[in-house]
Amino acid sequence: MANHACDVLVVGAGPAGMAAAYRAAQNGLRVIVVDDNPAAGGQIWRGEQAHPSSQAAQVWFEKIRSVDFQLINGARVFDQPRAGTLLAETSNDVFEVNYTTLILATGARERFLPFPGWTLPNVMGAGGLQALVKTGLPIDGKRVVVAGSGPLLLAVAAYLRQRGAEVLLIAEQASSVQLVKFVVGLVGKRSQAFELKKQLSGVPYRSGCWVLAAHGTDRLESVTLFRGGKRWTVECDYLACGFHLVPNLELAELLGCAIDGDGVRVDEFQQTTVSQIYSAGETTGIGGLELSLVEGEIAGLAAAGKHDEARKLFAEREKQRKFAERLNRTFALREELRQLPAPDTIVCRCEDVTFERLRAHSSWRAAKLQTRCGMGPCQGRICGSAVEFLFGWRAESVRPPVLPVRIGSLVATDFSD
Amino acid sequence: MSETVTLLVNGVSVTMPAGSMVSAAILKTGIHGFRRSVTGEPRGPLCGMGICFECRVTIDDDQHCRSCQTVCRNGMDVRTDG
Repeated sequence: MANHACDVLVVGAGPAGMAAAYRAAQNGLRVIVVDDNPAAGGQIWRGEQAHPSSQAAQVWFEKIRSVDFQLINGARVFDQPRAGTLLAETSNDVFEVNYTTLILATGARERFLPFPGWTLPNVMGAGGLQALVKTGLPIDGKRVVVAGSGPLLLAVAAYLRQRGAEVLLIAEQASSVQLVKFVVGLVGKRSQAFELKKQLSGVPYRSGCWVLAAHGTDRLESVTLFRGGKRWTVECDYLACGFHLVPNLELAELLGCAIDGDGVRVDEFQQTTVSQIYSAGETTGIGGLELSLVEGEIAGLAAAGKHDEARKLFAEREKQRKFAERLNRTFALREELRQLPAPDTIVCRCEDVTFERLRAHSSWRAAKLQTRCGMGPCQGRICGSAVEFLFGWRAESVRPPVLPVRIGSLVATDFSD
Repeated sequence: MSETVTLLVNGVSVTMPAGSMVSAAILKTGIHGFRRSVTGEPRGPLCGMGICFECRVTIDDDQHCRSCQTVCRNGMDVRTDG
């Protein structure tokens, strides 16, 4: 089995991982970055290496090009065979990385909530549809309803429209009262907000509005929406629906890092409760691009022993954390969304477990044992956050491998220790 | 990015910009069901980023490949089951 060694291993090549790798490498450390995707940039800068869509993307791609580090793409970390070593697999290989310091920048995923018809083909996440279009799906002339919650909906709608989609409606579940407070409080980000507004002129943005059901036989044909006591049905080709974001915590949990509320618990230098393991970006709680970048820089500097330089970035991080708090308050989920699933609505898509079958249980553990909910290939990554919202159950323990891997990768693994 | 790649999706030839994902190629050929769920429902991509495993297909006889994380290559043979 191939074996790599480094001073700093960064897991995740999105903005936080890029910033961490840059700062560590700039200070002379040997850095390896492992990422599941085919290129650096994470979800927000997916496929933008050659053609950055923003100044921030351009600046950061240039920065990582200016330092020396090794990026291993298309690789998924799935286990820790020994302290200081992680195992990863690619489509045809398995390898070990030995590290002195680890920085977890595993990012976030969309939160999905079940409603009747959400398992139909062409019902996707908002970021999900955007990722597909970024990687080659023609969307020109397609009718799209964008729904769910969070600032991502606006960015996705603007992007799809720019690529020729007919965005019929943006349905934001948050109330207009919450949104107005948020916009009024935007400082320094207003120009971004206005730019988006301009790009979306003519697209109805409905607050306090959500999808009740998606309809179709073998794929999506229409959606029924609800707002202010009224319901109506719209024909469309795609529904892009995600309810804000949740952090990817599986690897941090496997490594024994404590989780606080909605993210990995970190100290002022982004160190987790496990010595020599740091975390930055959405993994420590949803906060957006700027917070991810500054946390990544702090983690990279701290890993390099440059605590005084890291300290200079604390004020910026504090400012971005305040913004994140407002963001997460604004897009908090409304109670009514708990009523969306019908008895026969599937909640766990891997094992096809319905809402009715889950409702009979009192805990995640009991539901898992009796129904296999959360035990399929995604290992609860999709249904876990839905079940937490619907029933208040939190997934209990993470076991290796944190992702389904090939038998060959397990066989190649030396677990003797 | 004028370069293209050509692959087969269920025997149908499809040409994509270089760097495209297999999931996008499948949808472009007009196929929406990528796989069947354990109770037989057709399913397609949900997350687009390798988390949900809904977009699994067979690529060059290798089963359960996540099409949203697999870059198109010339001559690739993709099979869906939806």
